[in-house]
Amino acid sequence: MTNYRDIDFTPLLELSADEVVTHTFVRDIRMPSGKTIALVTLDNGLDHTRPNTLGPKTLLEYLETLDALAERANRGEIDAVATTGKPWILAAGADLSKVSEIRDAEIGKLMAQLGHFALGRQAELGVPSFVFINGLALGGGLEVALNAHYRTVDSSAAAIALPEVFLGLIPGWGGAYLLPNLIGIENALKVVIENPLKQNRTLSAADALELGIADVMFGPARFLEQSLAWADAVITGRTKVKRPNEPGKIERLTKWDIAIGIAEKSLAAKIGRVPRSPYAALELLKAAKSGSTSEGFAREDEMLAELISSDQLHASMYAFNLVQKRTKSPAGAPDPKLARPITKVGVLGAGYMASQIATLFARRLQVPVVITDLDQAHVDTALERIRGEFAALRDRGRISSDECNRLCALVQGTVDKADFADCDWVIEAVFEELEVKQTVFAQVEPYLAEDAIIATNTSSLSVEQIGAKLAHPERLVGFHFFTPVAVMPLVEVIRTPHTNEQSLSTAMVVAKKLKKNAVITADTPGFVVNRLLAVLLGEAMRAVDSGTDFATVDAAMAPLGLPMAPSVLLDLVGLRVGAHVLDTHHAAFPDRFYRSENLHKLADYGTLLNKDGKGKITGFDSGAMKIVAGGTDPQSAEAILTRLQDRLADETHRMLVEDHVVSAPEDIDLCMILGAGFPFQMGGLTPYLDRVGASERAFGDTFHHPMVRGAR
Amino acid sequence: MAEREDVLFIDGVRTPFGRAGEKGMYWNTRADDLIVKAMMGLLERNPKVPGARIDDVAIAATTQQGDQGLTLGRTAAILAGLPLSVPGLAIDRMCSGAMTATALMGSAIGFGQMELAIAGGVEHMGRHPMGFDADPNPRFLAEKLVSPDALNMGITAERLHDRFPQLTKERADRFAMGSQHKAAAAYEAGHIQADLIPVALKTEAGWGLADRDELMRPETTMEGLADLKTPFRPHGRVTAGNASPLTDGATACLLASSSTAKELGLAPKMRMVSFGFAGVEPEVMGLGPIPSTEKALRLAKLSIDDIGLFELNEAFAVQVLSFLDHFGISDDDARVNQWGGAIALGHPLASSGVRLMNQLARQFELHPEVRYGVTAMCVGLGQGGTVIWENPHHAHYGKKAR
Repeated sequence: MTNYRDIDFTPLLELSADEVVTHTFVRDIRMPSGKTIALVTLDNGLDHTRPNTLGPKTLLEYLETLDALAERANRGEIDAVATTGKPWILAAGADLSKVSEIRDAEIGKLMAQLGHFALGRQAELGVPSFVFINGLALGGGLEVALNAHYRTVDSSAAAIALPEVFLGLIPGWGGAYLLPNLIGIENALKVVIENPLKQNRTLSAADALELGIADVMFGPARFLEQSLAWADAVITGRTKVKRPNEPGKIERLTKWDIAIGIAEKSLAAKIGRVPRSPYAALELLKAAKSGSTSEGFAREDEMLAELISSDQLHASMYAFNLVQKRTKSPAGAPDPKLARPITKVGVLGAGYMASQIATLFARRLQVPVVITDLDQAHVDTALERIRGEFAALRDRGRISSDECNRLCALVQGTVDKADFADCDWVIEAVFEELEVKQTVFAQVEPYLAEDAIIATNTSSLSVEQIGAKLAHPERLVGFHFFTPVAVMPLVEVIRTPHTNEQSLSTAMVVAKKLKKNAVITADTPGFVVNRLLAVLLGEAMRAVDSGTDFATVDAAMAPLGLPMAPSVLLDLVGLRVGAHVLDTHHAAFPDRFYRSENLHKLADYGTLLNKDGKGKITGFDSGAMKIVAGGTDPQSAEAILTRLQDRLADETHRMLVEDHVVSAPEDIDLCMILGAGFPFQMGGLTPYLDRVGASERAFGDTFHHPMVRGAR
Repeated sequence: MAEREDVLFIDGVRTPFGRAGEKGMYWNTRADDLIVKAMMGLLERNPKVPGARIDDVAIAATTQQGDQGLTLGRTAAILAGLPLSVPGLAIDRMCSGAMTATALMGSAIGFGQMELAIAGGVEHMGRHPMGFDADPNPRFLAEKLVSPDALNMGITAERLHDRFPQLTKERADRFAMGSQHKAAAAYEAGHIQADLIPVALKTEAGWGLADRDELMRPETTMEGLADLKTPFRPHGRVTAGNASPLTDGATACLLASSSTAKELGLAPKMRMVSFGFAGVEPEVMGLGPIPSTEKALRLAKLSIDDIGLFELNEAFAVQVLSFLDHFGISDDDARVNQWGGAIALGHPLASSGVRLMNQLARQFELHPEVRYGVTAMCVGLGQGGTVIWENPHHAHYGKKAR
């Protein structure tokens, strides 16, 4: 057993010279029963936009406070200790700015041990301990609560979660051991593993109550008063706390290992085996079935030490910072004050994509949206589809029926381009063919104000060429959505040589209002996401065409840990589209991009994968396999992977230094994370390419200096 | 035609009273949060009362702006989590705001227009100093409608000393000291705390809890009082010691018709017998409770001798003494302010009326031999307010008087 008191934590203080310390305050509350509750407040002295975080100094101060309270408890001066946070926030978890500075396993272990020591002290005060979860409680913040004997929760708490696995960590301050022993293994799996991997889903206070994380919930207006009264009732025995989800013997004997087994299988099916942290969490949850708390804490110490010093963790932290911070101030964005206010939107085209775009604009901008197409029948179909979307939102309780009426009334259809006259923003989503796009713009431009913004949702054409026939090409921007439009968070905003500042600024402001993250790119083939996916698919087809088995190709690329194998990606985007993307890029860069005749044949044939009735993939279609079977030079998995890594590194490097597609590797990574679902553990793309040596091989340097990596 | 109903005081609560100003415990607490917490505490104590059954919420404040503006009864009802179907209004009759709210809601219940109502008041004198931003019509002074002394409450108290030379500073100080000592004894016995709703306090040194009145000075002595300054006049008689202090606090009570109380199984603490409001010369506003009490007694067909307990608001000691002298009651009569009054506990203007009722209600419980009690208070610009209550614990409760 680790005796935390014998450990020298001073090496951690070197890390925390500039730590924003969350201080610990104590005030005695004398209850009507005569009992005294020592009320501990965690408060970093800043407003709620700067949540409490837990760094080494913070933990040491909390520990010191609890030590003193234990002595007072021993003297009979206090009857309970209750910890709560500053308004709206308990704590947002470990101070991540510190975690990313740790590259050494030993320091990482110390950080884990200090957390266990400080938070775990709550269980050994000699009097009952409570945590009043008064607001945001994430990661280490929630572990503050889990280490206490009892918990209350404020019904308005913004978010409660253990997001560590999302970041490449594990709940290592007691969470992985205490949580399953409090709420049962299945609930714990949901909180520790499932939710973080569902776009980092968090729990509401009501969820936390239902799962058994909190013993009782109170409204925000009298949360602290009621929590204190409840704590008083508990320590005087007037209230008995029941925990129906606490695992019993039977659950430990029968359910526990089965639940772990199921979770492991579903994890492997969903994200593969490359990311380390979900599996690390799974190991800890499995072991939490038996043994003592101190053994559980020791396992967490070891695991955290391993993860904190890993490449994946550092890549994840890098990715997290990009998503959190770089999205807030996009590189190259002009002053938002230049943006043209949008009071009406025109959508050219009434197909599936156009409908999704119109739906989004109406919902987020809440201004009139007019859609048009060649004939009234198409327009009517689109209107029906859009209004059906709003009705579905209403039926699911996402919007009120008044709001639904408002949105339905905002969207109008027309076949008369004159109805676009007062639009400030016109976006096209018509067939992906240069002449078609040029024609629709030519038809509508005479009706528009001279400075109305025109946007194209092209994914593969040159934006500049699309605007070649415009009288005012300076108002044209590319505005590339990813499907499904409502879900995917990225928009590539494409700036042509003619695009003026007002148009670019408007595009960025519009993207923000649509709640999308925008990255500005140059007007080059495939912009960012499609160009790099074209490398990936091209290399996959190159290997297939040369005679490698399709399954081998999928397996060869698996070590990246991408959300899906190349065959599945092809199936998702469509074989025809896939072939077209390869053709386009090959045409632009014939030396580097591969085009596959076989892929065209596959598209003609129509099927690549076999699926069962529920759409689950069961294997490769044998007819498809015959079509691609002609190659005579099969590649090894290793060679395929290396070639892919090198090609990605080379292409990314060229995008940055030759074509200036974006201003920094960070923007490439952001695009790949938000637009293609590239994983945090790769850091998007460039940290991965650096750490596997591909950057060095491809262009004799690395993208990052220093590289984004863990201890060596 | 609506049925006439008895009007019952079911329960009343308040926040602990705090010292107004930067050093006070509520300096960082909003006024509307104080009344909301009082109302929520009241509803939590009375779980048999379905929120949706409340017919109206009348909340008083003297300075109705900022966090005391925006129709407090409505905003507080929403913030306290009452259903949106419950309406609310704001009331102002300065110091008697909560008393006026109670009388008005009681009237509507008695006339059969409502079944359940919340009445109360709040005054955050730290955030809303008395008379702040007021713009009195110049005609008041130009046409000598009121004396220039009328607008300063301390000076109106000095005027009472002028009018009644027998009301000496020594008598006022002794009464004030008594208030402090009686309040301290009541605290010791736990009488006051029982109706307090604690309020969480966020400070720079962490969260705390307001669970007792902040202004009490149990150590008060005659010598100490004698030395205090007389801020309203050189060599005057009114001091910070024999006047109520500037205070932050909120009160709320629950009123019900007799049939609704029966239906929901609510035990009344008091029955409203009558009320009266009356006016006097503004420069001697402290006399206001005399005519208002006479009016209420007349309406109740009672005499002053029928009253077994008095809860008189101690805006100023001299003003209470003028009332007692008028009715021939001695300064230290045991029926008067048994647990001390505003001099010790504080006087958050528009909320004080319900504090008087809370204390009278508890005293009724301890004194079943008393049948009738009076709550009375003076009001700025020359007014008084009185409510007479009957004790449900009395043997003859519900029977014809006398």
